Amino acid sequence: MAAPIGNIKDRLFERATAIFAAIVLGLTLLLFALLLRESLPALKKFGFSFVTGTTWDPVAETFGALPFIYGTLVTSVIALLIAVPLSVGAAVFINEFAPPWLKGPVAFLAELLAAIPSVIYGLWGVFVLVPLLRDHFMKPVTKLFGWVPLFKGPVYGPSMLAAGVLLAIMVVPFILSVSREVMATVPQRQKEAVLSLGGTQWEMIRIVIGQHCIPGIFGATILGLGRAIGETMAVTMLIGNRPDILFSIFQPGYSMAAVIANEFTEATGDLYMSALVAVGLVLFLITFAVNIAARLILKQLLARASRGI
Amino acid sequence: MESIAFRRKVADRTMKLLFLIAAILVVAPLFLIFADLLWKGAKELKWSLLTDLPHPVGEPGGGIANGIAGTLTISGLAMAAGVPIAVMTGIYLAEYGKGWLASTVRFCVDTLAGVPSIIMGIFGYVLIVLPMKRFSAWAGAAALAMIFIPIVIRTTEEMLRTVPHSVREAALALGIERWKATLFITVRTAWSGIVTGILLAMARILGETAPLLFTALGNQFWQSHLDGPIAAVPLQVFTYAISPYDDWHDKAWAGAVVLILMVLSISMAARFFTREKKWKT
Amino acid sequence: MENMNNDVLKISGLSAWFGSNQVLRNIAMNIGRNTVTSIMGPSGCGKSTFIRCINRMHDLTPGFRLSGSLVYEGTDIYGERVDPVALRRKIGMVFQQPNPFPRMSIFENVAVGLKLNGMKMPKSELAGRVEKSLRMAALWNEAKDHLSRPGTSLSGGQQQRLCIARALAVEPGILLMDEPCSALDPVSTGKIEELIEDLGEKYTIVVVTHNMQQAARISDFVAFFLMGDLIELDRSAKIFTNPSDKRTEEYITGRFG
Repeated sequence: MAAPIGNIKDRLFERATAIFAAIVLGLTLLLFALLLRESLPALKKFGFSFVTGTTWDPVAETFGALPFIYGTLVTSVIALLIAVPLSVGAAVFINEFAPPWLKGPVAFLAELLAAIPSVIYGLWGVFVLVPLLRDHFMKPVTKLFGWVPLFKGPVYGPSMLAAGVLLAIMVVPFILSVSREVMATVPQRQKEAVLSLGGTQWEMIRIVIGQHCIPGIFGATILGLGRAIGETMAVTMLIGNRPDILFSIFQPGYSMAAVIANEFTEATGDLYMSALVAVGLVLFLITFAVNIAARLILKQLLARASRGI
Repeated sequence: MESIAFRRKVADRTMKLLFLIAAILVVAPLFLIFADLLWKGAKELKWSLLTDLPHPVGEPGGGIANGIAGTLTISGLAMAAGVPIAVMTGIYLAEYGKGWLASTVRFCVDTLAGVPSIIMGIFGYVLIVLPMKRFSAWAGAAALAMIFIPIVIRTTEEMLRTVPHSVREAALALGIERWKATLFITVRTAWSGIVTGILLAMARILGETAPLLFTALGNQFWQSHLDGPIAAVPLQVFTYAISPYDDWHDKAWAGAVVLILMVLSISMAARFFTREKKWKT
Repeated sequence: MENMNNDVLKISGLSAWFGSNQVLRNIAMNIGRNTVTSIMGPSGCGKSTFIRCINRMHDLTPGFRLSGSLVYEGTDIYGERVDPVALRRKIGMVFQQPNPFPRMSIFENVAVGLKLNGMKMPKSELAGRVEKSLRMAALWNEAKDHLSRPGTSLSGGQQQRLCIARALAVEPGILLMDEPCSALDPVSTGKIEELIEDLGEKYTIVVVTHNMQQAARISDFVAFFLMGDLIELDRSAKIFTNPSDKRTEEYITGRFG
C-alpha cells in the first residue's frame, strides 16, 4: 500500500532544498575547521599556556591570551551588573504598570536601540560617554575611594568601566525583550490570587514573578552575556587596548574581539597571525558554550510554561 | 499593625518608582545618541557627503560616496548568495526537515547566529583573502553572508510554520504538485514575513564593521573591481572616529548619521511589510 | 443503484487503520454518476476518514494504511502506477473550514489550480473559466465587482462557496465535501445546501454530514456509518422513512448520536 509519494519533480525539489540545508551545515563545519587549522601553529607552540599566559608580546613572539580573556569577562560582567537590573525593572514596568498606549512605543524604542550599529555606539562612547564618565564619575570616585583597589587611579577615560557601561546599553534591548517574554508566561490567575489575598502590586511581583521568572531572567542574562562577550567595535573603541591584567575597573584593558580587530591587519609573522586566530577560536568556543547554556535554560523554562506549571 | 501596613505601602510605592526609573534609563540612551548624532553630525551633513570622495586631512569638504557604494555592493553580494541559501534552507526545515539533517542544520543555525561577527571576518579572511592574497569585496561579502544566513533561515522557517495546515491541504486536494504548492502557495502566503526577515537581516549587515576590518579593508577611492579592497560606511566612521583629527571626527558623526539613516530606513520598510494585515486561518 | 455501469466510483472491502486502530471495516459501496450521496453517522464513525481515502489525502499521514479496492472510472485509485497528484485533480475536495488561500485575490483563488496544474490558456479563456466556476458556485453575482479583493475578505459562507468554485475550476469528476457547512451559520448553510442540490444535476458529489435534516434535503442516496462499519446504503427517501436496519432507525429517530 505504501504508494510512492510525490513525483520526480517533487523529489527533486525536496532534494534541492536539502542540498541548501547541507550547504549551511558545510559552512558551519568549514568555519570551525578554518579556525582550527589556522590557530593550530600557535596552539601547538604554546599549548594550554596560550589561555593561561599573561604576556602578549608580538616582537618576542610570546603569546598568552589571558589578559584578553580577563578584559572580556570583566567588561561583560560590568555590563550585566548594570543591564540586568535595568532591563528587568523596565520589563516589569512595561508589562505590569505602563498604560497600554505606552507599551508599543517603549517596545519600539527598545527595538531601535537594538538596531543601532555598534560602530555608532562606539563613536558615541568615545566622544560622549567617556568624557561624561571620566569627569563626573571616575574622577570624583577616585578622589574619595581611590584607596579601594577596584577604583584605583589614574583616570584616563578609556577603561574597562567605560566599555562595560556602553556594553550594558547595547545588551539591554535583548535582556529586556526576553524578560518580557518570560514574564508574559506567568498565568494571570496566579497574579490575581496574590492580589485577592490583599497583597500589594509589589508583593505580587515579588512573589509571582520572583518565583516564576528567576530561571528565565537567568537565561536572558546568559543570552546577554553571549552578546557582550562577542561585541567588537564598541569595546575596541572604549576599553583602552592595554594587554595587562589590572584590577581597577578605571584602568584600560583589552578584550578578545578587540585584539583581533586591532592587530589582525598588522600581524606580520605567521605565528602572530595564528595566535590571533587562536584568540578567535577561544572566543568562538566561549560564546558557543554560553549560547548553548542560555538556550537550554530558556527552552526548559518555556516548555514548563507551556505545560502550565 | 498600622506600621506594617504603612511599610508595605511605602515599599510598594518605592518599587513602582524604581521600575519607572529603570524604564526611563533604558530608553534614555536612545534619545541621547540621536540628539548627539544630529547635533554633531549636522556640521558636515551636506549634499557633497553623499556625492564626493573623502578628502585628505585638513582639506575641507569631501564625502563618503565611495563608502555608500561599497556598503551597498558588499551587502548586495552577501544577499545575492545569502537569500537563496537561507530561504531554501528555511523551506527545507519547515516543509520537509525531519531526521538527522534537519536537527543538525537547526543546531548549526543556532550556533552561527551566536558567533561574534568579528569571527566571521576571520572566516572571510582565511577563506578568501589568504588564497587570493588581497583584500576584496568578495571577502567582505562572504563574512556578511555568514551573519545574514542564520537570521534569514530562522525567520523563513518561523514564517512558514505560521501558514495554517489547511492551506497546504487545500493545495494538495487541488491536485497541485507539492513543490509547486510549496513555492507558489505556502511560501507565497508567508512571503511578506520572509521579506521582513530579509530586510531586518539586511539592516543588520549594512551596519556591521568588525567583519569588514580585514576583508573589505576600506579604500580612500572608488573601487570598480570586486577583487580589490573596497570602502564601506561603517569602516569610514570607525577610521574617522579613532583618528586624532577634529575635522575627521566631524566626518565620523556625519557618516554615522548617513549609516543610521540607511539602517533605520530598511528597518522601517521591514516594519511596513509586517504591518500588512494578517491573514485569517 | 439501478445502472451499475454508470457508477463513477466502486469501493469494495475497504478497511483502514491508524496505527493499530482500525477505523474502517470492510466497506463496500458504489457511487452513481451525477448523484449526491451523503455519508451520515455519529462523530467518530469513520466518515471523514472514509471520504479522505477516496482522494488519497491520508498518503502523508504517518501510520495510516488501508486495504481493499477503490476504483474510479476504471482506475484503481491506489494502483501502483497511479500518480496521487494527478488523481486529486479528478477528485476535488471541499473542507470543513473554509480555507481560501490567504494573500490571493478571489480571482487568483479560483485560477490558481488551473495555473499551477500547468493548464496553459490565454487570459480571456482563464477569465472565462473563473467566471464559469464562480457562477456554478453561486458566488458570481456577489463577487464579480471585486474579484481582486483578497479571498479572505469574504464572509464565511462566501469563502466556502469560493472554495467550491476553486475545486470546480479544475473540472473534477467527483466532488468530495467534508462537512462543508459545519463552520457556517444557518443562512450560509442554506445557500450551500441549495448549491449542492443544483450541482448534483451535473456532478457526482459525496458529502459527509452529521446533520440528518441536511442529508435528507440534499441527497439522492444516504450511507449510514457506525463505528467504522457501513450499516446501510439506500435511496434517501427510503432511509428516512423505512430503514432496513434497526441501528439506522435508532439513529434517525434520535435514540443516539
